[in-house]
Amino acid sequence: MRRIISVLMENAPGALSRIVGVFSQRGFNVDSLCVAPTDDESLSRLTIITQGNDKVIEQITKQVNKLIDVLKVTELTEGPHIERELMLIKVATRTELSRSEVKRNVDIFRARILDVTATNYTIEITGTSDKLDAFSDVMSQSADITESARTGVCGLARGERALRP
Amino acid sequence: MKMMSGAAMVVEALKDVGVTHLFGYPGGAVLDIYDALYAQEDVEHVLVRHEQAAAHMADGYARATGKTGAVLVTSGPGATNTITGIATAFMDSIPMVVLSGQVPSMHIGEDAFQECDMVGVSRPVVKHSFLVKKPEDIPMAIAKAFYIANTGRPGPVVVDLPKDIVNVQNEHPYVFPSDVTMRSYNPTLKGHSKQIKKAVNLMKEAQRPVLYVGGGAIAAEAAPYVTQLAELLHAPVCSTLMGLGAFSSVHPQFIGMLGMHGTLEANKAMHNADCIVALGARFDDRVTNNVDKFCPHANIIHVDIDPASISKIVNAHVPVVGSVDKVLLQMLTLLADIDFSGQEEKLADWWVQVNEWRDKKCLDYDQSTQTIKPQKVIESLYEHTNGDAYVSSDVGQHQMFAALYYPFAKPRRWINSGGLGTMGFGLPAAMGVQFAHPDAVSVVVTGDGSIQMNIQELSTCLQYGLPVKIISLNNRALGMVRQWQDMNYKGRHSHSYMDSMPDFVALAEAYGHTGIKVDTLDELDGAMQKCFATKGLVFMDIAVDQNEHVYPMQIKYGAMDDMRLSKTERT
Repeated sequence: MRRIISVLMENAPGALSRIVGVFSQRGFNVDSLCVAPTDDESLSRLTIITQGNDKVIEQITKQVNKLIDVLKVTELTEGPHIERELMLIKVATRTELSRSEVKRNVDIFRARILDVTATNYTIEITGTSDKLDAFSDVMSQSADITESARTGVCGLARGERALRP
Repeated sequence: MKMMSGAAMVVEALKDVGVTHLFGYPGGAVLDIYDALYAQEDVEHVLVRHEQAAAHMADGYARATGKTGAVLVTSGPGATNTITGIATAFMDSIPMVVLSGQVPSMHIGEDAFQECDMVGVSRPVVKHSFLVKKPEDIPMAIAKAFYIANTGRPGPVVVDLPKDIVNVQNEHPYVFPSDVTMRSYNPTLKGHSKQIKKAVNLMKEAQRPVLYVGGGAIAAEAAPYVTQLAELLHAPVCSTLMGLGAFSSVHPQFIGMLGMHGTLEANKAMHNADCIVALGARFDDRVTNNVDKFCPHANIIHVDIDPASISKIVNAHVPVVGSVDKVLLQMLTLLADIDFSGQEEKLADWWVQVNEWRDKKCLDYDQSTQTIKPQKVIESLYEHTNGDAYVSSDVGQHQMFAALYYPFAKPRRWINSGGLGTMGFGLPAAMGVQFAHPDAVSVVVTGDGSIQMNIQELSTCLQYGLPVKIISLNNRALGMVRQWQDMNYKGRHSHSYMDSMPDFVALAEAYGHTGIKVDTLDELDGAMQKCFATKGLVFMDIAVDQNEHVYPMQIKYGAMDDMRLSKTERT
């Protein structure tokens, strides 16, 4: 089962490698990982997508929480939450038909074109991972995907629930 | 404000955290620190012969005292040599701080001479680590390292010190921090009152309770409370390999070690219990055997300071996160209001059952032969030390024999590598014990395989005049490997036999010590006597039965109590 683990940790050197270490040492999966400093620059927020049953997730949460640099850990998928991922995707459009088809799908998916050449579009799209997958599929039908990059999921709980130090 | 160099700060900070012994080995990256050590007498430096042994010595010192062991090594190979020692301490939750030299900051990442990413290499086996980047940060890093190492679930901490920041040329203000608390590190010490209440209710109702005591009880100095609880509940008590001594092994309620080589009565009692109180134990695979068949009738109360240990292997019905001593105090306070006067009567049937298992005398062994049985050596050791020695052990058959045949009445007397199972641990650990308790009897029980993994420390023993007594059970083979090959590989002894044993007596003498060879049973008693009457280190090379196996032994994939009792008998 797909789970989103959210971690609040010290923005300190080595902290990220310790978290990644817990996953590799204990045989847990990492599907995606997204990390950056928060509004408080001394803290970083890290979001991990992983797979596992309740027992595995409990172990992941506890083992990550045990790290000295970690302040709080929560599983977002436990309750109502918002998740978003950003993708940049570059497509080669060799025909006029392909160019207009890409442009139309960009509008339908509410994506944005960031860069244009005579034979290329580079597009930005934000949404759930499913939406990004769907967009990627559509693009591959109307053009050739040259390359793409995804940030991995980041998320927050809905409502009052929050990870604070 | 005192001004001093980074190197002087390291030594000053060690003094300020109360370090008296520092086990180490010098090298290029730490020469400045060694120079600072030269000019003072508060911290005694112990020069080892191999850095792995430095870590084991600090470990033995920590296990025998509860204080944090301290190690100083140089960069590169000096640092990597400590890894086995750090991992040993990590697996057994032993407080230790390893200061490692590092190449100068500006050369980190350049594959400089003797460079190794110590923080990276050690990461999976440390509780935490620091790479110090500024000389001013040295006191705080060292203070935090010692704080982290010996609070919560103890463990090893690495402090990596690049050569430029300890440079003796530059002086900086030294301020030892008055407070080292961290917002991200707040171990839970007291148990949740609701959980404590639940646990107490279960204990009160239990008809067939068992206390299952682990190393956490020793780390938390909880021995007196374990005894109080055991006596109040009148429950049988078993112990893990790591927990031996937390509850006296000579107490009438003690039913032995549990697990793979546990006693029949301990494993039977666990399997048939209706309430298991796990105190600072972690349901290791060497205890549980097949988890699916583990103790089917029991409600499990699990007290542990590490929340990640609870319900990791076996689901706890009542999890209690907290330090064993604090939690037991809370429990005892609640239990004080309950009338336990009828407890002995209530558990009478249970004790009848337990005593029936005891009467099987699972530790009996064949005494009819003239060859020396390893069990006999341990019993003789017990007699000649009045059961009051600090016994360190290496890893293998001799370790199990020592655990089973030397009853430990006090905590911190049994020093062994339980989790990692590190051969070569015993001698340096016994040396660390001897430094901590110069007047005590420090013994190492070892074998012809294990002793050769850190035998170079005999030289260190001579330098510091350490009167460690080495009891080597020499069976001319890697006994535990051989035992498994006998049982599971049709007796094909693949590479478990050494036919090039050194003359250990001559070896001991070459290092400046006394060696005694014991070949027959008749000589054993006299040789033991001589060993403990001799001043200084004695190496006892005792030829024991090569074909002896350690029993009882759990049968793979079975329940706790599915056991082999000898080469021919099973439960």
